[in-house]
Amino acid sequence: MTTKDWPTLLIVVAIALVPLATSANTVLNFLVFTLIIALAAQGWNILGGYGGQFSFGHAAFFGTGAYVTAILQVRLGVNGWAGFALGIAAGALIGAIIGYLSFRSGLRGSYFALVTLAFAEVLRVVANAAPVTGGAAGLLVRLEPGAANFQFENRAVFVWIALALVAGVLVLTRRMEQSRFGAQLVAVRENEEAARALGVDALATKLKAITLSAAVTAAAGALYVQYFLYVDAGLAFGTWISVEALLAAMAGGKGTVLGPLVGALTLHSLGEVTKAFAGRVPGIDLVIFGLVLVAVVAFAPDGLMGLARRLRGRMRRKAVASEAAA
Amino acid sequence: MYPPAIIAEAALNGLLQGAVYALVALGLTLIYGVLHIINFAHGVLLTAAMFAVWAAQTWLGLDPYVSILIVAPLFFGIGYALQRFVIGPASHGDDGNILLVTLGLAIALENGLLALFRSDTRTLAGEAGFAVVPVGPFLLSQPKLVGFVVTLLVAALLWLLLDRTDTGRAIRAVAKEKLGASLVGIDVQHTYAVTFGLGCACLGIAAALLLPSFYVNPRVGNAFVLVAFTIVVLGGMGSIPGALIGGLVIGVVEALCGLYLGDSLGQLGIFLIFILVLLIRPTGLFGAKA
Repeated sequence: MTTKDWPTLLIVVAIALVPLATSANTVLNFLVFTLIIALAAQGWNILGGYGGQFSFGHAAFFGTGAYVTAILQVRLGVNGWAGFALGIAAGALIGAIIGYLSFRSGLRGSYFALVTLAFAEVLRVVANAAPVTGGAAGLLVRLEPGAANFQFENRAVFVWIALALVAGVLVLTRRMEQSRFGAQLVAVRENEEAARALGVDALATKLKAITLSAAVTAAAGALYVQYFLYVDAGLAFGTWISVEALLAAMAGGKGTVLGPLVGALTLHSLGEVTKAFAGRVPGIDLVIFGLVLVAVVAFAPDGLMGLARRLRGRMRRKAVASEAAA
Repeated sequence: MYPPAIIAEAALNGLLQGAVYALVALGLTLIYGVLHIINFAHGVLLTAAMFAVWAAQTWLGLDPYVSILIVAPLFFGIGYALQRFVIGPASHGDDGNILLVTLGLAIALENGLLALFRSDTRTLAGEAGFAVVPVGPFLLSQPKLVGFVVTLLVAALLWLLLDRTDTGRAIRAVAKEKLGASLVGIDVQHTYAVTFGLGCACLGIAAALLLPSFYVNPRVGNAFVLVAFTIVVLGGMGSIPGALIGGLVIGVVEALCGLYLGDSLGQLGIFLIFILVLLIRPTGLFGAKA
């Protein structure tokens, strides 16, 4: 812990206190959903932010986590907690497979974005047709409230569980930043050839990153199933979640610990405000999201965290200047 | 097994359908070949063009084929403006940024169309979409046959434009070596925008060819965009003959997969080709070494 981590701690504690202040379903629903998106975005951020490999298909991992968690419970009667853990493991495995296939072929940049998108679409088409996934009708997990089944009637508990997962990944990302692996990953992002010349195994580094990234995003999918107790191909493997994960990380600041959480909270608050003003016009919040993405790339490539850093720097310079004047 | 006549007819209809795919892919590959960017907004621009064709018939009473004369120049203008005033300035010349900017545009436009037109599916009035033409022993869909012929025509025109005109020479020069091109006095940003406009004009024409036998809703472009990506990757990014042949191949593959696997799994063949080509030979069949 350094002083750098205080804002992070403050945000996490503030979210944890919300369910104590209100039990309004709309607020708690909003928080759980936004935290699930934040978790998916944290996963994207490990590969896209730190590794510089822009995936357009993180739905592949989110959906694998969601479907494996649901299928194990519905078809095989596996316990909810075990299903959750195996969902994450399956997501990591799919991540490793997709990563191995695409990185071994040397795909990067636009090509990598395209191939991840295609993998997610293949999974969506298969999930929409295969009998084990319930086909187009989707899968309903049986409602059996109880801590033993990883189902809670009180939504506040889900807020805390989602927050605990997000906080866990915050710590993980922070430690990754300071680790040898984190440094190698950033080196590969900045200049793969140079990193390799210095002895970094680029393929192994990227594989490790995509596996970790996929596991985190799969956790978001598994949590989604435990909360909504329903999944279908469009929800699990649809492009919406790939876009949400990328967007939240980009808006908050790619390659920063806190970026994905800040991005998800800001975007979804913005979405709610837009919906409140525009009424029931479908898609109006997503119009704003799209424009935010263009604006972020154009004016704030490091997202909100980058803006905050610039602001802090300017204030510090001012303070120094006024001290010198006095 | 199906009798050969049915397989042949499916393949032939697939070939015709593939021509329109090729036209969509032609726009994509032209933009890639010159600007070296993957335009994620391509699908939603096609949707927008289809709405324009629909509106021209429903509100102005224009025949879809006549509306090409309005929609194609209109989309040239839209494409020119998008590249010149939004995509170019916003992306600071970085490839990753361009990808994200076009993705942002795609999200905003698609949902803008959703807000305007709601998610209802619309078709053109009239029975023209069901007309068939007997060719030898086969019955072929008339709008698809028209689409096939017009696509070949457009491809030929595009080739003439690139090969014979000053604009075309400028485009080819910028594609090969943009610094050199600007040294000899070519306005690179203008040429980029013209190329993007041409790609969008292809979409305008494709929309008019598609709509008589298809439908339009705010998400319809998504179905085409992955197919178009597949064609472009298969044919080689930036290769115009590659896009034509790739489009025809994909049309046939889709029709045959649909025949054997059913409609919902039929798309699978396309995605698998896409992934395999990317993994094994990302430069495609006709593409130059990257």
